[in-house]
Amino acid sequence: MKAVIKGAGYILVHVPDMVLRNGTTQTTERIVNPDSEYLKELPKHLRSFEEVCSYWPNQVYIGNKTPDDLAALEADKVRGWADLKCDVTDRYGKFGQIMPQQQFLLLMQACDVFDLLKLDAGFVDKYKAEFAENPLITEDITARIPETQTEIAEIERLVKEEHSEGLYMNDVLVGCIKRAHDIDVNLSAHVMHENIVSKASSVLSILAAVKSTGIDKNEVEYIIDCCEEACGDMNQRGGGNFAKAAAEIAGLDNASGSDTRGFCAGPAHAIVEAAALVASGTYKTVMVTAGGCTAKLGMNAKNHVEKDLPALEDCLGGFAVVLTADNGIDPVINLNMVGRHTVGTGAAPQNVIGSLVAAPLEKNGLKITDIDKYSPEMQNPDITKPAGAGDVPLANYKMIAALAVKNGELQRADLATFPAKHGLVGWAPTQGHIPSGVPYIGFAKDDILAGKIKNAMIIGKGSLFLGRMTNLFDGVSFVIEANDGNNQAEGGVSEAEVKGLIAKAMKDFAAALMEQAE
Amino acid sequence: MDLENQKRVKDFAEQYGPENVVVLLGAAEGEASGLAAETVTAGDPTYAGPLTGVSLGLTVYHVCEPEVKEEFDAAVYDEQVSMMEMVLDVDDIINEMKSIREQFCKYL
Repeated sequence: MKAVIKGAGYILVHVPDMVLRNGTTQTTERIVNPDSEYLKELPKHLRSFEEVCSYWPNQVYIGNKTPDDLAALEADKVRGWADLKCDVTDRYGKFGQIMPQQQFLLLMQACDVFDLLKLDAGFVDKYKAEFAENPLITEDITARIPETQTEIAEIERLVKEEHSEGLYMNDVLVGCIKRAHDIDVNLSAHVMHENIVSKASSVLSILAAVKSTGIDKNEVEYIIDCCEEACGDMNQRGGGNFAKAAAEIAGLDNASGSDTRGFCAGPAHAIVEAAALVASGTYKTVMVTAGGCTAKLGMNAKNHVEKDLPALEDCLGGFAVVLTADNGIDPVINLNMVGRHTVGTGAAPQNVIGSLVAAPLEKNGLKITDIDKYSPEMQNPDITKPAGAGDVPLANYKMIAALAVKNGELQRADLATFPAKHGLVGWAPTQGHIPSGVPYIGFAKDDILAGKIKNAMIIGKGSLFLGRMTNLFDGVSFVIEANDGNNQAEGGVSEAEVKGLIAKAMKDFAAALMEQAE
Repeated sequence: MDLENQKRVKDFAEQYGPENVVVLLGAAEGEASGLAAETVTAGDPTYAGPLTGVSLGLTVYHVCEPEVKEEFDAAVYDEQVSMMEMVLDVDDIINEMKSIREQFCKYL
């Protein structure tokens, strides 16, 4: 059996106050250089929700615009797409939505099942109705918001005296997250904040994927979370299970699940695992999900402020992909074409691209140019270029093209045209695991069904050395291709065919008995 | 440059003597190479890490510079670096690196 891509959900959450208070670039600066000019300047570079909704890459992320639309724009050499206002500014898109901060704080409270997140009663009164009106927010979720909220004086006390992490709206304290243990750092208010944010944005991603695919929530039998956070306590620091925790709030009552980790490569690992679980027949429908990361908010904002750009890393990102058993229509994940960066591969870019791109294709008798679109690290270059990290997707395409030249599959003269032909421009927020190949899956499904492309390779790469456990790099890739319609789960061997096979076996058996009797 | 890497470079310089240490970079761009080279010579230009205000003046090269390339076994270089040579703006990297070395290296 094969696993198909049923569809995907993509969400952004605009959280300007978390950029200032929870992004590690800012928290580090506050410790190292508390009176810095940068910290004074940064608030002036934050965007409004309207500006975030009119930013081209964000409209691509939620599916109102396509990567081709983005590529066709004339970006400024220095400021990229930052000053171009998208003609679509809708917060809702075909893949998901951009959620404003005030709604997200309420969603976080709905996701907190240990009464750790306190909100100011006035704040809740003001925004509860708009939260309930959000098309992805179900009545079950709204019902999780407690009737009785907290007075602001008590919230102030919890922040001042009880090490609670403040929650802010327009720089005004409106709530807090309490520590979940007095001593255990793994349950500190800071960690609980990070984890509840991840969980809540994962819930929103799941709901977006359910809506965009039209599946019944009860169809989902297994869910894999592939974010980069860890939840647990002092006795099992990364115990997990974000997947099941988010599935509970999202109402996937029929799902079990687990977490998969691999830094930025996590999503690609998780999707290969999910596809294998479906292909093996273990589960019919599997979802892969990941919420966003507060630590990376404003990660490159120093460079953005320095170059008088908006602080573009002001959104949490999330995604969820639904895989189901072959329906004869939706694009297939070809599990015979999985690229693996093994322990012995080495860290040189040549070896990395070789193992992830060239090796699986070669095994299947294909050339690098046989893949129509590659989706490697899809970071938005508006964010990375001013920070000196260059255009990350473009760098990947150049490497893939250079390898094709080395392997004699591409003329040197075609190096320059390869990125536009086989690549995409980056539109994803720099949330680590979020840009790692997966933002294209929703479009890839549509482009394959529309006959625009016949296949796409998704490439995830991870910097394992950041965890100081190994110096190894990591990566995994897989290919999504058009469904030939020949191998449906239900139609592969039909009931009539089974009856026919049994009848034939009986006849043969009877004939053998007759022969023996004679 | 990553704060932990700055610490390691500083520790190595103290352990082996700055005149005995060569820092070899593999950054993908001239600007990023220049920033890393400046960090291990003049000090951390971002004022964030352990090399802030510490001018080690270490000898620093990028792996794509000709002085480094000729030290390699040609087959190994072909296997490990030649693809990236095709991709990178090597001239830009060389210019950045030379400029930093001329200004800040103490042990050339």
